[in-house]
Amino acid sequence: MSRFNLNNKFKAVVIGGSAGSFQGIVKILSSLPQSFPLPIIMCLHRLKHVRNGFVEALSIKSIAEVTEPYDKENIKKGHVYLAPANYHMSVELGHYFGLSTEQMINNSRPAIDITLNTAAYVYRDKLIGILLSGANRDGGMGMKNIKDRGGLTIVQDPTECMIDTMPKAALNLTTIDYTLKIDEIVNFLKELHKQYK
Amino acid sequence: MEIDISDLKRITELVKTNHGYDFTNYAMSSFKRRIVRILEMQSMTMDVLMKKLYEKKFLEDFLNEITVNVTEMFRDPPFWRVLRDDIIPAILLNHQKIRIWHAGCSSGEEVFSMAIMLKEMGIYDNASLIATDLDTNILERAKTGSYNLKSMELNEKNYIRYQGESTLKDYYKESNGMAVLDPSLIDNVSYRKHDLVLGDVFNKFDLILCRNVMIYFNQTLQNEVLKKFHESLFKYGYLAIGSKESLIWCDIANKFIVVNNEEKVYKKIKD
Repeated sequence: MSRFNLNNKFKAVVIGGSAGSFQGIVKILSSLPQSFPLPIIMCLHRLKHVRNGFVEALSIKSIAEVTEPYDKENIKKGHVYLAPANYHMSVELGHYFGLSTEQMINNSRPAIDITLNTAAYVYRDKLIGILLSGANRDGGMGMKNIKDRGGLTIVQDPTECMIDTMPKAALNLTTIDYTLKIDEIVNFLKELHKQYK
Repeated sequence: MEIDISDLKRITELVKTNHGYDFTNYAMSSFKRRIVRILEMQSMTMDVLMKKLYEKKFLEDFLNEITVNVTEMFRDPPFWRVLRDDIIPAILLNHQKIRIWHAGCSSGEEVFSMAIMLKEMGIYDNASLIATDLDTNILERAKTGSYNLKSMELNEKNYIRYQGESTLKDYYKESNGMAVLDPSLIDNVSYRKHDLVLGDVFNKFDLILCRNVMIYFNQTLQNEVLKKFHESLFKYGYLAIGSKESLIWCDIANKFIVVNNEEKVYKKIKD
């Protein structure tokens, strides 16, 4: 029996991360089962003025291809998306991305809250939100929104985080379904994959 | 704060009917965030906002908030290198004079960047620039060319990565905590109010810059605006959009070819 209460209703996974999350992200992307059935939408804090390198570094390690979407690009299952440098990334009704250059939020552009909030709005209870290590509170409100709209919430176990401010902010703001170490997040995603076979 | 699509519709209809601006086809999530931002900053309810929107004075503030005015000088330095090294020289092969339109110029950082680039290339006097925006307040600010000193740090960094010929400090003076750009830089610039959504085609250009503007429009509106740009370009003229924008899903994409995919510079090849 799995410790996770899972089914195949989910339509997307959204992941937020900041300082100290890179290794965890790499671990997750490199352990992902082949032909993962959902889109994985990632918003990671990154240097604003370095456009190149990050997505390539993740792509090398990842099982699925990682791309930075264009504005209005359709969201496809099995793809991994990364919010581009210096743009906020929203999920729009109709399942495509919208990019914007609005002011920074939580000192960040891309801001995790924007990606999580808009994904929660579009996917409602069919969204899984995962928040990893990070040094500010960005993503906390987004996780609350995901929970409020019936989605499933996971944070990286603060004891494993290099910097635990971000997952702790989420734990303070809302109910988190699972607090997991990276290896357990990988197991969770593998279990989830099985639901779609 | 959560607002409904029906609230957004009420707002766009009121503004369209009473003031002649059409936000109907703005991209949903960013437009919604702009509205929420106005409500929160002015601690207003939706009902109060709806009443205030009848006032002409308030409408100016509203336009200023709805349009996103976050920009930088020499944003994406590699883009500016492509302009300097490839695009502008290619235009000058066929045209003595170079006509440039900054569509949605916001607070004008891009216009000053262009002027500095053209000066350093020694061809400023061959250029005429038109800078337009929907928002008259931001146009006034754009003309003054005064930016807060803090933002100049980022602008200077961009300029260095662009590999400009001197330092940005040569182009501005400090005054009351602001960086005031040399007004002679905009001698050849004409600033005009123009609405990309409802406005007409008004001139022909060799180069149009509309970077990170159409991301605030939905695809219907992007299509319409692209048609206007197509009409506003000489054959073989260039269109530059933001690095994460794409024309490929527009109706008339086949009338352009991509000249530089990384920096998103397109060339009109068919009338």
